[in-house]
Amino acid sequence: MSARLGRRTFTKRAGAMAMAGALPMPAIAEDKPVKIGLLTVKTGPLAQGGIQMEQGINLFLKHRGKKLAGRKAELVVGDTGGNPAGTKTKAQELIERDHVDFIVGPLAAFELLAISDYVAQHKCPILSLAAAEDMTQRKPNPYFVRASGTSAQAMHPLADYAAKELKYKSVITVTEDFAFGYEQMGGFQRVFEGDGGKVAKKLWPPIVTPDYTPYLAQLSGVDAVVSGFAGSNPLKFMKQYKDQGLTLPILAGSVAMDDALLKSFGDEAVGAISCSGYTADLDTPSNKKFVEGMVADYGNIPGIYAAGLYMSGMVAEAALEKTGGKTDDKEAFIAAMRGVSLTDTPRGPFHFDHLGNVIGNAFIRRCERKDGKLVNTTIKTYKDVGQFWTFDEKWFLAQPVYSRDYPPLKG
Amino acid sequence: MNLWLLAANSIAFGGLLFLLSAGFALIFGLMRIPNLTHGSLFMLGAYFGVSLMAWGLGFWAAALVGGVGVAVLGGLIERLLLRRLPGAELAQVLVTLGLSFMIADTCLMQWGGDPISIETPAALRGASHVAGVAFPTYRLGVIVIAVTFATALWAMLERTRLGAMIRAGVDDPMMARAAGIRVPLLFTVVFCLGSGLAGFAGVIGGPILSVYPGLDQDMLPLALVVVILGGSGSLVGSFVGSFVVGVLYNFGQALLPELAYVVLFLPMLLVLVVRPAGLFGRPSP
Repeated sequence: MSARLGRRTFTKRAGAMAMAGALPMPAIAEDKPVKIGLLTVKTGPLAQGGIQMEQGINLFLKHRGKKLAGRKAELVVGDTGGNPAGTKTKAQELIERDHVDFIVGPLAAFELLAISDYVAQHKCPILSLAAAEDMTQRKPNPYFVRASGTSAQAMHPLADYAAKELKYKSVITVTEDFAFGYEQMGGFQRVFEGDGGKVAKKLWPPIVTPDYTPYLAQLSGVDAVVSGFAGSNPLKFMKQYKDQGLTLPILAGSVAMDDALLKSFGDEAVGAISCSGYTADLDTPSNKKFVEGMVADYGNIPGIYAAGLYMSGMVAEAALEKTGGKTDDKEAFIAAMRGVSLTDTPRGPFHFDHLGNVIGNAFIRRCERKDGKLVNTTIKTYKDVGQFWTFDEKWFLAQPVYSRDYPPLKG
Repeated sequence: MNLWLLAANSIAFGGLLFLLSAGFALIFGLMRIPNLTHGSLFMLGAYFGVSLMAWGLGFWAAALVGGVGVAVLGGLIERLLLRRLPGAELAQVLVTLGLSFMIADTCLMQWGGDPISIETPAALRGASHVAGVAFPTYRLGVIVIAVTFATALWAMLERTRLGAMIRAGVDDPMMARAAGIRVPLLFTVVFCLGSGLAGFAGVIGGPILSVYPGLDQDMLPLALVVVILGGSGSLVGSFVGSFVVGVLYNFGQALLPELAYVVLFLPMLLVLVVRPAGLFGRPSP
């Protein structure tokens, strides 16, 4: 490996010398570009989110003229294939072969967990969307920065809104049988019960569930149903929900009613109340520019995947400006990233807590049909929402991480 | 918990599974090819349906044309690839598996990664009340379609000359060939038919499942369970197997959600151990 790199460097230098010899040019110390490694999924079932991630970061670099803090920026894309082994391989390529300055991505928690220790060993800053709570809680990675939020970060305010504003007393939750689902519903349950509500049942369909009817048959006797589905599952669930003639109000997590999904939904989505750390209808200059850019370049209203990567780019840019474009001192670079505080971003102002997790707006939206198109209209904004909600951090971290059986159902 | 709803849905889901797996059973029974592209053909049919409807075709026309399109593709796969690998089961598995990956990526390229929903045909929207139970009207339609197709396929197999030839081919290909039946042509016909059924089922399943990358991998195991339970090459087997799986799926997930997959696959294991040819299959000679 080193021999090959050595040869390459040699060839480059030889070429440069030859060029310099042939064309006498003023000696400009050309800066090395900032290398951004993107870990994304371009094939398989996760590709939907992965493609949007790539669109988000590409649009960001386009908006910046491919320059960050005065340095040229170069994107190196690695397709993880949506599995841990592939993620590890690509992360190694990005760090050891391409010598990227930092990594954005990957998408899923199981991908991130496969490389978390590895990137920490190499002190490579990583800005991921993966929502696994403990990445910024009980097992924090000092090189990790998350501009999107934890699994439960948007569920806490959703539960608060359901109990206090919608006055719901009881709900049934339904989401996939995996960690992201447990963490979402654990967060909802803790806040909802704290506000006097009751979670009657928590249903966990397997990730692959072609037909939700066996679960739909159990949805009755409560004020609302909380859906935390991800990927293409929200579409299936909502359609079958309506076909079944169910009319209970739907409360949805951030990806279950993601703005990018709206073009796929039909009338079944109208009326759903969701909470997300990003909403396409936020009226800030940078969000307008972002949404218009996404529509112009990709014909898509963006959701949290594209927005998350766009904002990760903004965080890296702000950090580079603080370090004067330097990335060699990794400790200083990650400290700069975590110290970033932005005012105009697609999700409004945000900054990070000492564990690298975002503190920013959470938007409660209602899905409506406007001019024939489905839109999520913001009806309430919770400001400065962090991963611990209103709980004390020490107390929160002393509790077990949200899981399938924690918090346990009451009665 | 509404047990009547689960019972009714077991039948509807079984109907969809029958449309999916009947072709798989025929292909496996006659040609002994474990066709792992079957889920991909199902998904491809659904995507074809999406495009055809975008071009202005109605739902039913899109289902039929989509099915025919997939049938043609199936014929090409058989003629150009599988025909060159007679009896080489490992090679067939690898070729069909490889093809399924290729089809999946091609679909991703062509139709993108976003899930696409297929509108329920207007006449069958909403829920019907049968004996006091609200049930999606479209699923009642799926039951009717499945029973119609089952009857038509049964009549074709039992009452026509083509059916007799197929049955002869399933029972003893060598003897059928000796009796003057053009078994290779038969293979192509059956492969087209099986693929077409899968493609048609994809569109029919669309309003329930929608279409998304990964649909192929979600459906293939269900087709495998049905065919192993029911017996390869047996239409009755896949008919009964579909409804058995429909019942296991619905009641398993509702009553024992933690063991949903055990409930689904344990009977398959038992059948494999006790009666390897399946409930209605005949042991191969």
